[in-house]
Amino acid sequence: MAAPTADVDLEGARSALASVCDDVVEATAEDGVDGVQPALVARPRSTAEVAEVLRAAAAHHLAVIPRGRGTKLTWGRPPERADLVVDLSRMSTVLDHAAGDLIVDVEAGTPLADVQRAVTGAGQRLAIDDPVGASTVGGALATNLSGPGRVMSGTARDLLIGVTVVRADGTVATAGGRVVKNVAGYDLGKLVIGSLGTLAVVTRAVFRLHPLPTARRYVTASAERPEDAQRLVQAVLHAQVVPAALEVDRPADGPATVGVLLEGTPAGIEERTATALRLLGDGAVAADQPPPGWGYFPWADLAARAGDRRPTALKVTFALSGLARVLAVARTAVQETGARLDLRGSAGAGVLYGALPPDTDPAAVRAVVERVRPVSIELGGALVVVDAPAQVKAAVDVWGPVPALDLMRRVKDQFDPERRLAPGRFVGGI
Amino acid sequence: MSVTHGTQTTAGPVPGPTPPEATEATGSHRPDPAAMAAVIAAARTALPPGGVVDDHIRLRTYECDGLTNYKVTPALVVLPETAEQVAAVVRACSEHGVPFVARGSGTGLSGGALPRADGVLIVTARMRAIRQVRPEDQRAVVEPGVINLDVTRAATPAGYYYAPDPSSQQICSIGGNLAENSGGAHCLKYGFTTNHVLGAEFVTPQGEIVQLGGSAPDAPGYDLLGTVVGSEGTLGIATAVTVRLVRLPEDVRTLLAGFESTDHAGAATSAIIGAGIVPAAIEMMDALAIEAAEAATHCGYPAGAGAVLVIELDGARAEVEHELAEVERLCRDNGAFALRVATDPVERALIWKGRKSAFAAVGRISPDYIVQDGVIPRTALPEVLRAIAELSSSSGVRVANVFHAGDGNLHPLVLFDDSVEGAGEAAEKVSGAILDLCISHGGSITGEHGVGIDKAAYMPRMFSDADLDTMQLVRCAFDPGGVANPGKIFPTPRLCGEVPGRRKGAHPLVEAGLAEAF
Repeated sequence: MAAPTADVDLEGARSALASVCDDVVEATAEDGVDGVQPALVARPRSTAEVAEVLRAAAAHHLAVIPRGRGTKLTWGRPPERADLVVDLSRMSTVLDHAAGDLIVDVEAGTPLADVQRAVTGAGQRLAIDDPVGASTVGGALATNLSGPGRVMSGTARDLLIGVTVVRADGTVATAGGRVVKNVAGYDLGKLVIGSLGTLAVVTRAVFRLHPLPTARRYVTASAERPEDAQRLVQAVLHAQVVPAALEVDRPADGPATVGVLLEGTPAGIEERTATALRLLGDGAVAADQPPPGWGYFPWADLAARAGDRRPTALKVTFALSGLARVLAVARTAVQETGARLDLRGSAGAGVLYGALPPDTDPAAVRAVVERVRPVSIELGGALVVVDAPAQVKAAVDVWGPVPALDLMRRVKDQFDPERRLAPGRFVGGI
Repeated sequence: MSVTHGTQTTAGPVPGPTPPEATEATGSHRPDPAAMAAVIAAARTALPPGGVVDDHIRLRTYECDGLTNYKVTPALVVLPETAEQVAAVVRACSEHGVPFVARGSGTGLSGGALPRADGVLIVTARMRAIRQVRPEDQRAVVEPGVINLDVTRAATPAGYYYAPDPSSQQICSIGGNLAENSGGAHCLKYGFTTNHVLGAEFVTPQGEIVQLGGSAPDAPGYDLLGTVVGSEGTLGIATAVTVRLVRLPEDVRTLLAGFESTDHAGAATSAIIGAGIVPAAIEMMDALAIEAAEAATHCGYPAGAGAVLVIELDGARAEVEHELAEVERLCRDNGAFALRVATDPVERALIWKGRKSAFAAVGRISPDYIVQDGVIPRTALPEVLRAIAELSSSSGVRVANVFHAGDGNLHPLVLFDDSVEGAGEAAEKVSGAILDLCISHGGSITGEHGVGIDKAAYMPRMFSDADLDTMQLVRCAFDPGGVANPGKIFPTPRLCGEVPGRRKGAHPLVEAGLAEAF
């Protein structure tokens, strides 16, 4: 692992941190951030304490990696430096659930599952899926985590209504509020979503909630060719059946399955299920339980293997009518390279995730990326290597072309002029 | 009749009280002649003849937006037709330190498009092409001057529509909607402009043309698009917008319910939300608003009602039927004495007509009025309405209440007669006190009209100095020279360190007394 930043006075930093936070320890190998070994881990207990910690870190020029439960810490590029991990796991309280207002106010270290547990009694849910499992609110925001439910409810950007962050210099700032409808001031929540911890440390978030449906039904059908999958997906999109999710799952060794999730009331769901069965044609089946793998990234099984032998994880986005082209070019790329590629995602939102096994030759991964990426770009989207083994990250352009990158750098320069927050993890080396 | 912070523009003298900061924030000093001459020359080079307006009579037609009590004549108006023309003008403004303000249809209610006396007004009225309607992608690409309702008109033949529906949707522009993050009656279920804009071609305050977002979601990098939407023209100008098209629902049902009081109507609203139903819209009007609407439109609202709810349900027919029965039951359980479900589009339109004409209709019962826009947590509705009633009775200022009850977005109409000495000031005071009520109940000073020039002074009541400073870091990243719509949103501009360009001496914001160097 890389050594800590050379010119940092670690002893001084450690005592400064310890004077403001009662839980500061030496980092162990388990605290490594995608191959980079930090020196210290601080676990502050409140927004104010995070601010003190970040002030101390600033005074000692520490590179800081914010962390929830560390389930997606290898997403993006490895950081250039990592001196201090700011671990938010002690900030895991659901501060307020205003059921009548359909909002929840939580600390960023709260696991998504705990948020769901807190609101489910009132017949509500936070409509952010957790395809990884064990994600915290802060981690879900930093990685813009989403799952099948995005077709109906959108993603974090559509649900986050208020956010508290701590800047690199320790300044605490809040934007938005506790009401769903609010246009006062800039929407800083949008900026931190998907920013991989490079702009500020999120300490608190307020979300709008949705009522839980009282009935659910999954309707699935097999689609032999890419154009079959697209035809079925388009049929569902253009019907008025209002799908909550619309997925395509194409494992490396089999045909694609198109899956529709319907949510509603026991009274309404029967008729809609009949409609969906008709739309998906002969062989379509309805079930009360999700099909295998539903709601998980396609690399979930492969990822069971630990350490740096992790699979390569891709995210491909495209205009909705480009589904067949994406599926087809992915198949071509696989045939050319001999790589094994599982695809799964929200066809109804224009998002597919891809998984390649850990032992795939980096050159083959690069060939797949270079084959599929131009098509996704042509279709108005992008291909991002979400995560990959070190040798793959070294061999491929992880982010691909990023429009408006100069403007993004200027935003980073304003928020973190010394480049101490997760430096290098994000687009263009931000 | 005059309207302050209203939906109508009327000719005549400046009505109502004049806010103190108006002159400073809108450019009290005259334009620098040399800088302005350079910008005019650049504009004439870049734009076709007729696209540059500098004669005083025509300039005056642009002196205000929908917030008519603020009026400033811009130094120059340009009517570009392309992104390159917008960029050329903006680049000239940036180089010469001349402020610019973007304007769509000028229907905004917070003065976001109020011109600068020392600046350029960039009007998007000639950028009205609907470039693409792609139902197969659920997207349309439109130019910023395109009228909101025209997007829906273009998409309807294919079975789609554009969901955000501000009440000015027949005249307001998509560019203005993007700048203000406009809402509408149906955002309870469908969200706001920010949830429906997927991409934009965008001219930065330094005149670069950049692409933000696109046809697909989750573009890599920071969500600059999400940051730009709702930034009220202070981060640049969108020159093409990719919007989401939503499939028309299979069924739409509109219900009108009459209640004895706003408390009963509020309880019914809570019961509906509590039952896990998300209607497309729940609108409430109180007795005074009903009286006005009835006088103006004969919409047939139930006689003697202390409040009405207009509830709309849409979606798959099988679900809507069930929800409608449930909503009717919940209304009755909470004291609805009259219920009417529209059975055809004509009846549906009539129910909505009363609601949609409410602002204008108030003109029938009061010569002048202020349209306020504040938000409270929906559960605080009964308490806040009582407090507003107390404010009204203690001050003698009448307040009619029209609001989006589902999401707690209040639009109190504060009535006054400007010909009566002191009436405008009294109304302004009540209007401000209502905003304070919103803030003290954990709400917001604006739900959909924006901060603009109107509420910049209220921002410190809702946000700390550190909050505002942090927001302005974004401003500094986009607009280090401070030329994009300065004086809006933020009561005190932040200086951004080194400003590119040839400027010497004190920063113009410091010279104008608007900022301190810190």
